[in-house]
Amino acid sequence: MKKIISAADAGKMIPNGSTVMIGGFLHCGSPNKIIDEMITQNIHDLTLIANDTCVPDCDRGKLIVNKRVKKAIVSHIGTNPETGRQFVNGEIEVEFVPMGTLVERIRAGGAGLGGILTPTGIGTVVEQGKQTIEIDGKKYLLEKPLKADFAIVYGTKVDKYGNVYLENSTKNFNTVMATAAKTVIVEAEELVEDCLDANHITIPGIYIDYIVA
Amino acid sequence: MELSKEQIREIIARRVAKELHEGDYVTLGIGLPTETANYIPKEMHVMIQSENGLIGVGAKAKGDNICRTSINAGGIPVTTKKGAVFFDTATSFSMIRGGHVDVTVLGALQVDQEGNIANWMVPGAFVPGMGGAMDLVVGAKKVIVAMEHMAKDQIKILKKCTLPLTAAHEVDLIVTERCILRVTDEGLVLEEINPLFSLEDITSTIEADLIIPDSMQNIAA
Repeated sequence: MKKIISAADAGKMIPNGSTVMIGGFLHCGSPNKIIDEMITQNIHDLTLIANDTCVPDCDRGKLIVNKRVKKAIVSHIGTNPETGRQFVNGEIEVEFVPMGTLVERIRAGGAGLGGILTPTGIGTVVEQGKQTIEIDGKKYLLEKPLKADFAIVYGTKVDKYGNVYLENSTKNFNTVMATAAKTVIVEAEELVEDCLDANHITIPGIYIDYIVA
Repeated sequence: MELSKEQIREIIARRVAKELHEGDYVTLGIGLPTETANYIPKEMHVMIQSENGLIGVGAKAKGDNICRTSINAGGIPVTTKKGAVFFDTATSFSMIRGGHVDVTVLGALQVDQEGNIANWMVPGAFVPGMGGAMDLVVGAKKVIVAMEHMAKDQIKILKKCTLPLTAAHEVDLIVTERCILRVTDEGLVLEEINPLFSLEDITSTIEADLIIPDSMQNIAA
């Protein structure tokens, strides 16, 4: 059985300066209660790994607006003008990673791989400073794994064993992020009484450390 | 010839839709490329893949059909078609990078005669990030650029892109409201023109070297 904690407890667990993966694609499938607690508890100097920085008043976007992020490793910031403003003014560091590369780097981090080889980014600025490897006549970029101190993910339904079911397009980055951090916290939309059907689980509970419900 | 924004977008989206075939899996970029979906014939079965984790994107959801967990890559609530599937980002980009998506349609800031495309940043001015565009352009079997012919008075079809590239040598077809250009090993071929414009209107607004065949078709309406 996994430990069930409050969103406030989860917030307290995260030290300043942590590297944190947060699930979600724009406003869909993001652990909002924990993000709100991270803001209430004044956690700062975070390195945020996420697909995007959402919009200013929503989800991960609030961490940007409240200046809690010193570095963002993301594929896109276009929907949050405040991230763009901070970036142009040198207030935040942003590492842009192609979406497919970002998710595979996280997957590599969680799957015990030393990196991935991808054709994405060849011949672009993404290639700069990276090793290229030719395999069977085709050029690939070596992209290194990403890991984090914490992964904060969303779950539509969660059981006490930490098994998670994710509805519709809430799966996004939540599945891979749950594999790639020292401590993984899932925010349950619904904590089920018994257990989920073993055939309908999106994230196996082995990856989960704490459930926020 | 002055066309309104709406007319321009319709000409482009209608023409791009003609490039799609029965059974295709297609990923559309945000904005103008998304409008292509409006012109796919009803009887033709095309599955639209959305990079955030959905195959079988339907119409924009309205009223009671809105479900906050069923969104497209632009964050817009959408309905799903019969046979739809939701999946995570790793699966989505395995489809995209792995060559399982038949066609991708994307906008561009610049394209060039070598099939290079730039559509993710203007240094110091506009830095949204590449999102899934780099993977899409590298991975999709066919890459169609759907864009307005010019950006105000600026030429976008160049000998060599000057903005940071999204990918090198990946574009197959360029569709604008004035013409259709195909990227070939020999160079950029002017395949179709919009009869509302003279050949001069078109060639004077393209910097790239063009191969102009003896006979050209009008853009299929």
